[in-house]
Amino acid sequence: MQDENLQPVLIIRPSKGFLSLNLKDVWAYRELLYFLVWRDIKVRYKQTALGAAWAIIQPVMTMVVFSVFFGRLAKVPSDGIPYPVFAFAALLPWQLFAFSLTESSNSLVGSQNLITKVYFPRLVIPLASVLAGVVDFAIAFIVLLGLLLYYGIRPTTAVVWLPLFVLLALATALSVGLWLSALNVKYRDVRYTIPFLTQLWMFATPVAYSSTLVPQKWRALFGLNPMAGVVEGFRWALLGKSGGPGGLLWVSVAAVLLLLTGGLFYFRRTESTFADIV
Amino acid sequence: MASCAGLAVPLDRLLTPGSMSDIAIRAEGLSKRYRLGKRERYRTLRDTLTDALAAPFRRFRSREASDEIDETFWALKDVSFEVKHGEVIGIIGRNGAGKSTLLKILSRITEPTEGQAQIHGRIASLLEVGTGFHPELTGRDNIYLNGAILGMKKAEIRRKFDEIVAFAEVEKFIDTPVKHYSSGMYVRLAFAVAAHLEPEILVVDEVLAVGDSAFQKKCIGKMGDVAKMGKTVLLVSHSMASIASLCHSGILLESGRRTFFGPVEQAIDRYLAGIGESDHEIDLAEGKDRRSGTGELRIVSAKALDQDARPRKQFSYPDTISVEFEVEGLSKFHNFLAVVKVRTTTGITVLHVPTPPGFYWPGPDSGNGIRIRCTIPQCHLYPGTYIVSIWIGRNAHLEVDWAPDVLSFSIDQGDLASYGFDMGWKHGLYFCDSEWSIASASPYMESVATQETGRE
Repeated sequence: MQDENLQPVLIIRPSKGFLSLNLKDVWAYRELLYFLVWRDIKVRYKQTALGAAWAIIQPVMTMVVFSVFFGRLAKVPSDGIPYPVFAFAALLPWQLFAFSLTESSNSLVGSQNLITKVYFPRLVIPLASVLAGVVDFAIAFIVLLGLLLYYGIRPTTAVVWLPLFVLLALATALSVGLWLSALNVKYRDVRYTIPFLTQLWMFATPVAYSSTLVPQKWRALFGLNPMAGVVEGFRWALLGKSGGPGGLLWVSVAAVLLLLTGGLFYFRRTESTFADIV
Repeated sequence: MASCAGLAVPLDRLLTPGSMSDIAIRAEGLSKRYRLGKRERYRTLRDTLTDALAAPFRRFRSREASDEIDETFWALKDVSFEVKHGEVIGIIGRNGAGKSTLLKILSRITEPTEGQAQIHGRIASLLEVGTGFHPELTGRDNIYLNGAILGMKKAEIRRKFDEIVAFAEVEKFIDTPVKHYSSGMYVRLAFAVAAHLEPEILVVDEVLAVGDSAFQKKCIGKMGDVAKMGKTVLLVSHSMASIASLCHSGILLESGRRTFFGPVEQAIDRYLAGIGESDHEIDLAEGKDRRSGTGELRIVSAKALDQDARPRKQFSYPDTISVEFEVEGLSKFHNFLAVVKVRTTTGITVLHVPTPPGFYWPGPDSGNGIRIRCTIPQCHLYPGTYIVSIWIGRNAHLEVDWAPDVLSFSIDQGDLASYGFDMGWKHGLYFCDSEWSIASASPYMESVATQETGRE
């Protein structure tokens, strides 16, 4: 423990029974968290010709494809909003989530050299991977502002809620990432399931379509997928058309809290064996 | 000395912070069990699925699985000791004796299966230098990153930054990505960061052997400084020289158990006595890939022989002593240099015996292995215990294999007994031939005196 106490006493013994989450320890290592995030960001686009432009290219290309196939050809209704903006406002949080989820799921296995050589709360590793995705998000967000300007859409006061939705997306990525990263240490198969998972999950999330397509009575249930709440929240906060995500959002928040708590405890339980089996 | 008693420590005592005792580390019955067969330890999802789906194979599979579970071994068993603040303790033992496991438990990388340890004070562990170094990042960035990983605060790193750079001697390249560093620079930088940690208790594993010999000296000097500053240090090393010069006490581990804990000289003697205990030969093939050198050739066994080529460990002054070692992988190349080094238990190299000029071997026709024997006729070393290490290289600068501390032998008084006092290597190391004469201080007596003291 890096506490500044006069003489901290550290007890090392087999962990048994109920384990507290020990978030205080994570807080004590906040500077390490900062440096790991900083490393991930700094290293990400080294040796790429286009560098940080990738953060823009990916969502923009997806938006173009969606606009052509879903907007033009399939004529998916977009709540009266121009389809490109409608899709892009959803793609931003979606890509933040998908990226953070993928990175955090592979993070423990990728940090083998740290885990087997140094102690720190292991939670820092997936947490850093999730947070590192925010920079790409911020870069792509500038493009969104440009789109809003182009289509003359003026965000309502609801925009103040936007950071909360970003937080919800990150929390969702972290909660799933905690499960998957810990499982990945044990079963390397997890790595191969992640691309499928994110793909299927995207179709279960109203990214390319609107949740108004879902019958009203099923709407709240739809919120069990927390990303549905996030995406609808984004559209509401930025484009201000629909009357807000309502009940769907609360179901999403509850689902995330449940998933996150479970993920934290599962992670904590398995944490002690990481160094032995990774 | 640690007492094994007191396993049941009252709970309130465990929870009292800041007891003023001078104990830094108290380990009680630390044990760690591993499953055998590292690769099989994590079940793959496929295993789980085939178990469920392929009924005909189920019995076969599950039997295999239960075999895996049954085969466990204790890497560490019931190890107890106490270390006081300011003590420097060496942990010694063969490969696989549990040294690394013990350090991993104390550094909280892995949990003990049983037992517990109390650590009083800020602890930092150094099981490797350069943990978390990223090749794409510059030297500057890596100092911050590595410092943070080792548990330093950002402000602390900033304060020591110049000192670290100066110590590593990489000033000019500090803004170059470390992937462009030479391996020497890389290791120097890595050690420099680690050397500037300021914990109360430091746990170190084998990191002393980094860089060229000049830098190694600097590292050991730094370690000595840390020890002198009153820090508590736990050190694992295969180099008895470092252990002897840095540590006060030694813990000897054998097959996961603590077999000795006491003054460092005694611990080293015990350890060396154990080397080559069984049939005067140890298996050097085990762990050969972890040794340094290119590995094209590997020393797989070594033993000490007497003049009749019989394996022996005890010699008398001035016996003929031979060191015979077996080298594997000869077919790969034809020429090499070998050196047999003999040193004292305190780490002073007394003999450095290289292959003579023009020495070469028959070549690849001799099969996969060959025995090489180095004979020292009438060994003039003083009585005592000596340790033999063997080095082989393609040339003086290209190390192929380095097998430190492969065997030990001891020499007793033998012919020296008649000198009338104990001629141990505490007095000297090498017994050279000498001629003695005596003369009177007054010139006219000289001729008389010489006549009277002729040689025996």
